Amino acid sequence: MSYTAFEALVRRDLRLFFMDKRAVTMSFAAPILIGSFFGYIFGGVGQSGPPSKIAVAVVNQDTSEVSRKVVAALGADAMLDVKSFALGEARELVRGGKMTVAVVIPSGFAERAGKSFFRGGDKPRIQLLYDPSHSAELQVVNGVLMQHVMEVVSRESMSGTGSERLMEDALRDLGQSKAMKPEDKTALRRMLESVGEWNQRRSANPQAQASSGFSMPYTVSQEAVTARQGVKYNGMAHSFAGMCVQFILFMGIDAGMVVLYQRRSGLWKRLQAAPLSRYTIIGSRATSAGIVAMVIMLTVFGFARVVFGVKIEGSFAGFLGVCVAFAIMTATFGLLVAVLGKTPEATRGIAILATLVLVMLGGSWVPAFLFPEWLQKVTFAIPTRWAVDGLDAMVWRGSGFDAALGPIVALLAFAALFGAIAVWRFRWESEG
Amino acid sequence: MLEVTGLHKRYGDLVAVEEVSFVARPGEMVGLLGPNGAGKTTTVAMIAGLLAPDRGEVRIDGGVVRGETDPVKLRLGLVPQEVALHDELSARGNLALFGALYGIRGAALERAMASAFDVAGLADRAKDRVATFSGGMKRRLNLAAALLHGPQILLLDEPTVGVDPQSRNQIFSSLEELKRQGKTMVYTTHYMEEAERLCDSIIIIDHGKVIANDTLEAVRRLVPSVNVLEISVENAGRDGWLDGLHAVEGVSAADWDGTTLRVTVRDLLESSPRVLVWLREQGYTCSHLSSQRADLETVFLTLTGRSVRNL
Repeated sequence: MSYTAFEALVRRDLRLFFMDKRAVTMSFAAPILIGSFFGYIFGGVGQSGPPSKIAVAVVNQDTSEVSRKVVAALGADAMLDVKSFALGEARELVRGGKMTVAVVIPSGFAERAGKSFFRGGDKPRIQLLYDPSHSAELQVVNGVLMQHVMEVVSRESMSGTGSERLMEDALRDLGQSKAMKPEDKTALRRMLESVGEWNQRRSANPQAQASSGFSMPYTVSQEAVTARQGVKYNGMAHSFAGMCVQFILFMGIDAGMVVLYQRRSGLWKRLQAAPLSRYTIIGSRATSAGIVAMVIMLTVFGFARVVFGVKIEGSFAGFLGVCVAFAIMTATFGLLVAVLGKTPEATRGIAILATLVLVMLGGSWVPAFLFPEWLQKVTFAIPTRWAVDGLDAMVWRGSGFDAALGPIVALLAFAALFGAIAVWRFRWESEG
Repeated sequence: MLEVTGLHKRYGDLVAVEEVSFVARPGEMVGLLGPNGAGKTTTVAMIAGLLAPDRGEVRIDGGVVRGETDPVKLRLGLVPQEVALHDELSARGNLALFGALYGIRGAALERAMASAFDVAGLADRAKDRVATFSGGMKRRLNLAAALLHGPQILLLDEPTVGVDPQSRNQIFSSLEELKRQGKTMVYTTHYMEEAERLCDSIIIIDHGKVIANDTLEAVRRLVPSVNVLEISVENAGRDGWLDGLHAVEGVSAADWDGTTLRVTVRDLLESSPRVLVWLREQGYTCSHLSSQRADLETVFLTLTGRSVRNL
């Protein structure tokens, strides 16, 4: 291999790439801009701001104190942004996407809920109207509603103003019941009378009423498990990794396309006429593409570090290893485009489509753990999955070098496969 | 010396080149003539090692190119039909790259580039981007790029396509100088006047086949009609007025373009008086008379029955 020619070809490729404003914009500005946007949308920097609240419309058709307290409790919840509306208005707001969920508390809710609390039977039905594109939020609202209704209704049933009447009604129904065994009746009567007695004692002490009724039997503490304790998750990290992978692959396509254009322009004939081996020509092309890929990755992550504080929380050597392996894989991917493509026009569309599928399945847009299980397994056969996983592991998961070995080996294996195909299918001859 | 023996290339059912053989000696320029698609570029591609022939052999100073990195390729310089330059780079940047492809660097590269710029007449534009060059300047630089490594044999594939007259003359002058220096050259073109000016021997190719292969003079002698009379006739133009002229002894063809009568005759001395007598007898007045030898266009027309420019 002629080193002089090899070096000259690599330098030429690099000069032409960095002189091409379109290529530079696509390779540097695009991943930074789109990565910043997705990063902001999917978590932002360290999740420093308050989480966005779920917009909930409340339709209170009951006039009771109980329902007012339920509405007040919902309004005080940190996860919900509650506003009251009439039923028709609430339905329209949910349909128009202005509200995520509407909670409809029916007329007679308090009375029927109180009766049902001790005796079951005719339970009131709270209707939830929801935007079908936000079904996950529906589950959150459902849970929060259950908590507050239980707290308010249990408190009112045991110590509220109507609790004595509820207790009397319950004891009367118990006495008239024929389905219950005598010993069960006795036990239940004892419990209700004890509750009544406890209720009278609580009534005598108004300060204690606030804490009466059921409450959640546990509290929750949350901790995001990141690189180290105290290190906040930076949503930009995954986003920048994904966009880096995507736009570097686009650069790889362009590197391959250049070869196709050169074949057409006659420059290829000059290369063929010179005493150069195909390995010099292919190798120089792959080397220049690999160098450009590395420069893009380091620049984009450098930007993320300076502007958004994205740190390499794991092994820096592992990070570099994944970057180098992915750069080599990209270079051979470009060669694949060059040798399998016949004309630039026919090749570009197919190559871009293939790349978009690769980055989509590789988890560049949304993390692969959101995929169905079968798809997660399938995507291990895709090089971009290894690249994104490797970068995630090194950047924000804070994993050690050993966690980078898998992605590095996988990416190099793909590079070897692509390179072997490129050499095998390389067309040396020009058409006459 | 370049020896081409029995080159043959087929693409499916299409025979692109069939049994092409010739020898080009130092200081000699061989012209490959033919219309577009005749097989000229395919022949050059096989000589340059861009294409493997199905049959036949190319010897360069006795050696055969074996493999992509064979040093024998150093003796060959190729000027592709396309302008094979990077528009984004300067002229100097292009030459530095193409010199490096042949392993030239440092002071040797500087000398080679200076010499090549002299040949192209572009020394004062060395630092300018090629994108700013005219078509003719690009063609001259295209030629210069093939000279950097000092090849003994130059393959020039239609090097003047789309070139202005000034650049064309400059290219011709450069090639004539290279010939004087003893370079061996193969020049493909479909411009007959270029071959007549530059080439020592002519190979006419049509549909991949060699239909003539000899010196310029010998090729001219291949056609029976070797002289053309051009006569300005002032009162001609009636339909069928030339019919009688075809019957005049020694006249093989006659054509009237509205102002000039072109009469192809086998022997100028014998036939010219008969043509003039016939014109006088028919009552026509002649204002101007000249004669010229049949050119290669006429040769091609005679050999193939088609005009090379109409293909």
